[in-house]
Amino acid sequence: MSQIGVDQWVEQSDERRDRYSGWTAPARRAFDKLPTGWKLVGVLGAAAAFPLLVPQGEIRIGITVLLLAMLALGLNVVVGWAGLLDLGFVAFYGFGAYFYAIVASDQLPAHWPTWVAIPIIVAAAALLGALLSLPSRRLVGDYLAIMTLFFAQIFVELVRNFERLPFVSEDLDLTGGPNGIPGVEAWDLFGFQINSFKRHYYLLLILLVVLIAGLHNLNASRTGRAWRALREDTLAAEHMTTPVNKLKLLAFVVGAAIAGLAGSIFAAVQVGVFPNNFALPFLITIYAAVILGGSGSIAGVVLGAVAIGYIPELLRDPGKAGWLFYIGLAVMLVVTMKRWQPIAAVTIGLVVFGFVVRFVSSAIWDESIMGTANDTFISRFVDGWVLILGEQQDLITNYAFVVAIAGVLSVVVTRGWLRIATLIPTIYLAILVWENKLALQPSITRQLLFGAVLVVMMAIRPQGLLGTRRVEIT
Amino acid sequence: MEFFLQQTVNGLTLGSVYALLALGYSMVYGILKLLNFAHGEVYMFGAFAGYGVLTVLGGSSAPLVPIWLMILLMFVAAVVVSSTIGVALERFAYRPLRNSTRIAPLISAVGASFFLQAAALLLFTANSRSYDAPNLIAIQTGIPIGPIRVWMVRVMVIVTSAVLMILLTLWVNRTRTGKAVRAVSFDREAAAMMGIDVDKVIVITFLIGSALAGVGGVMVGLVFGRVFHLMGFVAGLKAFTAAVVGGIGSIPGAMFGGLLIGFAEAYTTGYISSTFQNLIVFALLVVVLLVRPRGLFGREELVKV
Repeated sequence: MSQIGVDQWVEQSDERRDRYSGWTAPARRAFDKLPTGWKLVGVLGAAAAFPLLVPQGEIRIGITVLLLAMLALGLNVVVGWAGLLDLGFVAFYGFGAYFYAIVASDQLPAHWPTWVAIPIIVAAAALLGALLSLPSRRLVGDYLAIMTLFFAQIFVELVRNFERLPFVSEDLDLTGGPNGIPGVEAWDLFGFQINSFKRHYYLLLILLVVLIAGLHNLNASRTGRAWRALREDTLAAEHMTTPVNKLKLLAFVVGAAIAGLAGSIFAAVQVGVFPNNFALPFLITIYAAVILGGSGSIAGVVLGAVAIGYIPELLRDPGKAGWLFYIGLAVMLVVTMKRWQPIAAVTIGLVVFGFVVRFVSSAIWDESIMGTANDTFISRFVDGWVLILGEQQDLITNYAFVVAIAGVLSVVVTRGWLRIATLIPTIYLAILVWENKLALQPSITRQLLFGAVLVVMMAIRPQGLLGTRRVEIT
Repeated sequence: MEFFLQQTVNGLTLGSVYALLALGYSMVYGILKLLNFAHGEVYMFGAFAGYGVLTVLGGSSAPLVPIWLMILLMFVAAVVVSSTIGVALERFAYRPLRNSTRIAPLISAVGASFFLQAAALLLFTANSRSYDAPNLIAIQTGIPIGPIRVWMVRVMVIVTSAVLMILLTLWVNRTRTGKAVRAVSFDREAAAMMGIDVDKVIVITFLIGSALAGVGGVMVGLVFGRVFHLMGFVAGLKAFTAAVVGGIGSIPGAMFGGLLIGFAEAYTTGYISSTFQNLIVFALLVVVLLVRPRGLFGREELVKV
């Protein structure tokens, strides 16, 4: 891309937004022509029909996705709208979950009725948010991120190590320490028990719709505009007499309240809370949803939550995970090569390369093809030309993994024929590692995927799927 | 008194390692204004590289080469592996984002950290590995200081990191490259206009920071004996605290902060309880940030409009 000035870039932004390019363009233009109401009805209808169409166990995935969407929306207020980098967000979620778990289980002698507990939890989480926003008066940017990150760490430390409040009471076990709190009661709304997956799903869906409506209006309001001003340039906003500190506080409060509410539902869904539910990996999951979908856009954030919440669940089933992997591989190939000739060259080269490697290595060392292939459709197809290792599988796949990563990195920096030459062994090794190792360890694969998605996303589309591109003016 | 001295030595050992790690955070921040969250993982891979050399050369029970050479090779391997990862991170995760928004490299760093952690889990499994340090360097040998005896390993850690920090300070203050590093961290654009190859300076910074982290990883393995795939997270967090307390971007600040955190942790463990250890460290950070938002040695930045 040729270099253009910031002013020109800003000037052309509307024009650029209207003009789609590439292979997705027709679909996107058609989608834009649909009236907003139709789109909403379609999405909502699909969401409402979901539990009726899938088996009981799969509804659980829907619940995970909806919870993640709710949290992502809350984080979006703080990060996407107000531009405050809050790495302590997950602590509010944990706070809500623990608060609900404590008042709705045998930790305390008295159980609180749900309709009393929930408003108090939300208010308390909001108050905690207000408290955390106080340092944001002085700390800006990265320093605020650091402070909030440590707030989250302190929260986990506290619930893990200080189940009995020191100096207050030695008998009262509040948080259950590292064991967490099991046996949390379901929500009970005036006699109506929210105790099945289906009921939890619909409760979450209703709350989410209300939340989205509220946030949509908030974003369009005076406060929403002020947040954006704050995000783009705090100093300038302050000079225009925007009450900067009040707005920061408000953003933290709204985000924390949403997280607290989500937490109290989570505790009931899981029928228990454990310190590790609220550790850093989950914070990264929420961030991944917000970033992937497009920070600042409500639809984007919800879409991001669906993707981030649902894709890892696919990985649990080796068959579906295999499809995901090979489709992903094909998409990456198309994106990197763009034209069909090199794509064909790589594909043919790959299979030829595979047969040669298999032939040579089986002649030297029998064990290299002795393993049993994974029992899925593609794996059986791949079995013909990729090594399925018998002995020493771990050692060899470890090396293959490292070399494959080096290969992926060198594909990024090479061009032309060299790139094709690098791609072939890289893809081959990737398939080898997948068939021999990754497909068998879904939880690690999920982590790898998350990390890689965040890095790649930042490099190619930092604004996320549905976000708008912003220009940092320094 | 004896107990106090013992804890002081513990604190000094821990603090030296934290300081080495904190230097990496601090130098990178000084130059790119980027929190390199993956730094802890770089350190973890360094520790594993040291372990790899140890295993290949026969372990501590039947070493194939003299012990001093073995330890030297472990350090060399750690430096090579760590700096390779560090430079790769810079090239692939951070350089494409040089002119992006402030949040983008941060997210990329978090992603890279997550990826590296999972990669370590995949390669080395979740079991922790033992350096078997007491067999490597006999516990009995040591230097008596007053009523206590300081193990050789600890002496080595403290001396090595002190030497490395002195070398680093000299390098930054006395050499041409060091001057370029200072210039880039002061004002990247102006430095580029003066003919400094900014990309090269950034790569060198990552190289040195990561190499120090690798050395720190092997040291931790030697002192505490255990390496595992999550070790980078906690140590990274602590070193990060150290860098921030000292004033992120400041090299003497990172050293001082590292020692401060080391002492705070050792005395808390010794006199109160190890449950409070992390809490005290984090609380220390929060208090310092509230009182001095730029850390102890950090300089206040003027915002130009």
